[in-house]
Amino acid sequence: MLDMTPKEIRVRSGITINPCKTCEPVGAMFCALGVHNCMPHSHGSQGCSSYHRTVLTRHFKEPAIATSSSFTEGASVFGGRSNLNTAVKNIFDMYDPDIIAVHSTCLSETIGDDLGSYILDMEIPEGKRVIHASTPSYEGSHIQGFSNMMMGFINYLTRKTGVPTGKTAVFPGWVNPGDIREMKAIAAAMDVPITMFPDFDGTLDNPMTGRFEYYGEGGTTIPEIEQLGDAQSVIALGHFASQESYELLNKKFRTQGAVLPMPVGVAFTDRYIMALRKYSQKEVPQSLENERGRLVDLLIDASNHTYRKKVAIYGDPDVVYAMTSLCLEMGMVPKYVITGTPKSEFEKMTKALIESYNLEEACVVKADTDLFYLHQLIKNEGVDLLLGSSYGKYIARAEDIPYVRAGFPVLDRYGATIQSICGYRGGAYLAEKIIDALLTRFDRDVKDEDFECVL
Amino acid sequence: MKERDELLDKYSARVFKNRKEHIRQLEFGPEGDTLTANTRAIPGSMTARGCCYAGCKGVVVGPMKDVAVITHGPIGCAFYSWGTRRNKAKADAECDDMNFVPYSLCTDMRPTDIVFGGEKKLEKAIDEVMDIFHPKCIMICSTCPIGLIGDDVQAVARRTEAKYNIKAIGFSCEGYKGVSQSAGHHIANNGLMRHVIGTGDKAPKGKFRINLLGEYNIGGDGWEEERILKRCGIEVVSVFTGDGSYEAMKNAHMADLNLVMCHRSINYVAEMMKKKYGIDWIKVNFIGVGATSRSLRMIAKYFNDPDLTARVEEVIAEETEAIREDMEYYRSKLTGKTAGIFVGGSRSHHYQTLLRDLGMETIMAGYEFAHRDDYEGRDVLPSIKADADTKNIEEITVEPDPEKFRRKYTDEEIARLKEDGVELDTYDGMIPEMKKGYMVVDDYNFHEVDRLGKIMKPDIIFSGIKDKYSTQKDGIGSRQLHSYDYSGPYSGFRGAVIFARDVAMSIYTPTWGLIKAPWKNAPLLTGTIAGGEKHA
Repeated sequence: MLDMTPKEIRVRSGITINPCKTCEPVGAMFCALGVHNCMPHSHGSQGCSSYHRTVLTRHFKEPAIATSSSFTEGASVFGGRSNLNTAVKNIFDMYDPDIIAVHSTCLSETIGDDLGSYILDMEIPEGKRVIHASTPSYEGSHIQGFSNMMMGFINYLTRKTGVPTGKTAVFPGWVNPGDIREMKAIAAAMDVPITMFPDFDGTLDNPMTGRFEYYGEGGTTIPEIEQLGDAQSVIALGHFASQESYELLNKKFRTQGAVLPMPVGVAFTDRYIMALRKYSQKEVPQSLENERGRLVDLLIDASNHTYRKKVAIYGDPDVVYAMTSLCLEMGMVPKYVITGTPKSEFEKMTKALIESYNLEEACVVKADTDLFYLHQLIKNEGVDLLLGSSYGKYIARAEDIPYVRAGFPVLDRYGATIQSICGYRGGAYLAEKIIDALLTRFDRDVKDEDFECVL
Repeated sequence: MKERDELLDKYSARVFKNRKEHIRQLEFGPEGDTLTANTRAIPGSMTARGCCYAGCKGVVVGPMKDVAVITHGPIGCAFYSWGTRRNKAKADAECDDMNFVPYSLCTDMRPTDIVFGGEKKLEKAIDEVMDIFHPKCIMICSTCPIGLIGDDVQAVARRTEAKYNIKAIGFSCEGYKGVSQSAGHHIANNGLMRHVIGTGDKAPKGKFRINLLGEYNIGGDGWEEERILKRCGIEVVSVFTGDGSYEAMKNAHMADLNLVMCHRSINYVAEMMKKKYGIDWIKVNFIGVGATSRSLRMIAKYFNDPDLTARVEEVIAEETEAIREDMEYYRSKLTGKTAGIFVGGSRSHHYQTLLRDLGMETIMAGYEFAHRDDYEGRDVLPSIKADADTKNIEEITVEPDPEKFRRKYTDEEIARLKEDGVELDTYDGMIPEMKKGYMVVDDYNFHEVDRLGKIMKPDIIFSGIKDKYSTQKDGIGSRQLHSYDYSGPYSGFRGAVIFARDVAMSIYTPTWGLIKAPWKNAPLLTGTIAGGEKHA
């Protein structure tokens, strides 16, 4: 497996090998699937839409629907205006969404299609909406595309009427439906009315009913997005997926709030709850405190199997940063922490987080890199655990390392997207998976005489 | 026909006018069941189609294990085409133990590369790939922006050849070219024909030498086919391209016969090799017990050798006997069930024969990117008018190679073989496999698959991942025929049993019985009947 990967690391500036990121448009498509009755639309070649739908469907095991402008060579020369106009008409006819969320691609960006003016000029049926976001694939990563689409919705729809909704807006970042439900449950326990945006609970985890519908019952509604300008406060979770939307809301409507890390592990969940507490002005209920206590209890119980275990964490910046925190809480050493997303801020934040634990061991933190590099690092100095997306499985097999799947995409397993790694309960779920992976390996490798049934 | 009307019913006049030409409920009348195919998808229709890059890199050249395929463009396309097609490959000594299939190589273009051109970065990328992997062959696949910004990947390939003395090929397979993956197949075929086939000199040793064309080894299909062919004493010179290699493909011109599995994606190579090297081709189908046996007999007939014919019969008898009990069991479970198949450009036909082995009927079938000949047979080729999108894809003309052209049979012998039933250089398409009233849908979209599930009510729909979960949510069994849901092989004799097991599993899994919650049919409230007593 990956036998051609050499141990010797050489600096590369031309070739990316085994990427740890993908392109902006898929992030825009994903974000739009968190809006109620919304059709994501890809303005480019139809292959983009097909690829994005495929990877999202494979991750969620749910139909990820989206349409395409189906560019041909002609459209690429003369511009995609007429393709977009035709597409919008057909989408409303065939799929009847309330809103179409258009995103650009490297193709339409390179030829300079002006989506804003196309939309301004087009005929849109009464009561329907069309919005757009610019997502040139050669910039940022899918995380940036997600952020851009959130801002697209806000720019087109959000208004301030002056009538406060009394609600706190929660931007969950790039997470699974299970995570969203946990974030909601915590807010409900804290008695804080919230607007979740985007909201995948009920769009990408639809129950089996025997009758397929194009749109689930969930998703942030258009009125909810419109009213974000009147929100009492905003909690943006995940710096890389949600901070820009927070800043946009703050700039346009002076909405105050906080940008926090994704609430994975004890400390980061604490921060989410402390923010909610500030807005609710209510004490944290005993039930949540008990959940916290149970998680801490589990981590202490298991610490003799996790302490100083070396882990390589890779994937998207927000989830990687947050899982690094949980691993540190478990006493683990985050030996290699990498993302493909080109954001130097990731390195700064993650290094500061690791430094706060005063580890004796040096760790490598790197943004804008790939899994080939991670593999080479591991070849030079091994780790006890790999934590990240499905594409790490090749490395896990090649180097025979225990491996826990988390983040995006997880293509080769079922069920994770309806679970949560967020909140105290989610922390316990992820910790349990990590501990299980380590102990399963321990049990596999010991001699018969050392094989035991008690811890 | 009623069901077709119902399907088209919801469309606006504009969409109706287009789609009605792509949808046929078969009549087998005197005028034939002609339809429109290989034309532009309707924007916004949620077509299942992908793009030219997906056809070139994803389908045809990606599986070649000893080739460093570099995706030139922003990161996305390289990411999506990385390990997602289940084209299996195994490193071997012949190709220096190289296997690039688990790797994804990309120039990961950034804004400056788009503005100032990406050739420099591509050349840097090639230097690094040479330094790390030392491949003998590099292929560069362009994504959308490349053609627009004017990077010349062919020139970079030529410079690479001069600098490193290796084979390097540039493919201008930008996503917007053509109307589907099909354009990419054609571009890839042209590149392989021009730069690879016929450049080797390692002569095959066997008596009966074939190339297996259009077999991508999804789930190990190609390996099952090779196993059977080898048992018969037939040598596989090269496979296009599942578990295939540059090293083997160079010698493909020295085979006696080309077997064409996926007609859509590889028929260009078959035709060009016939003209340039004199190699005959036959359309085979190794999906299904009957179809596999028929294909093997056809090959034996072509070689017209009594030993081979006897050996083929022996193998068919043994293999069929080995799976007989299993097949009988599954046939008993599946007879009378109906299916819909919506796949790329060949399988919607191939799998009908296997389903029929199991007593099932395919009542609707469609292709993403097929051409009319894939539906109606190659006889219609002269009547297909090339539109602008097709004309944009280069059509290369080849001449008989002065040294390497060699025919196995004279014209008279060929005529005799044809009389004996050897279907040389021809393909009858999918429609003859089907029956009156069955539905055929070209360039099917999400709406149509959803509607057809509800209108035609099949027991199972075979399609891709994009349709899988919507189908299942409708309570209809679903299997992926692009990637086999992590299963396979489905080809040949042993594959037929695996397929049968998977189909039975999809239909009979007990979980189907749990969809309705028990309280849905059990009233909770205790009611009072007027004038009567209370009832629980």
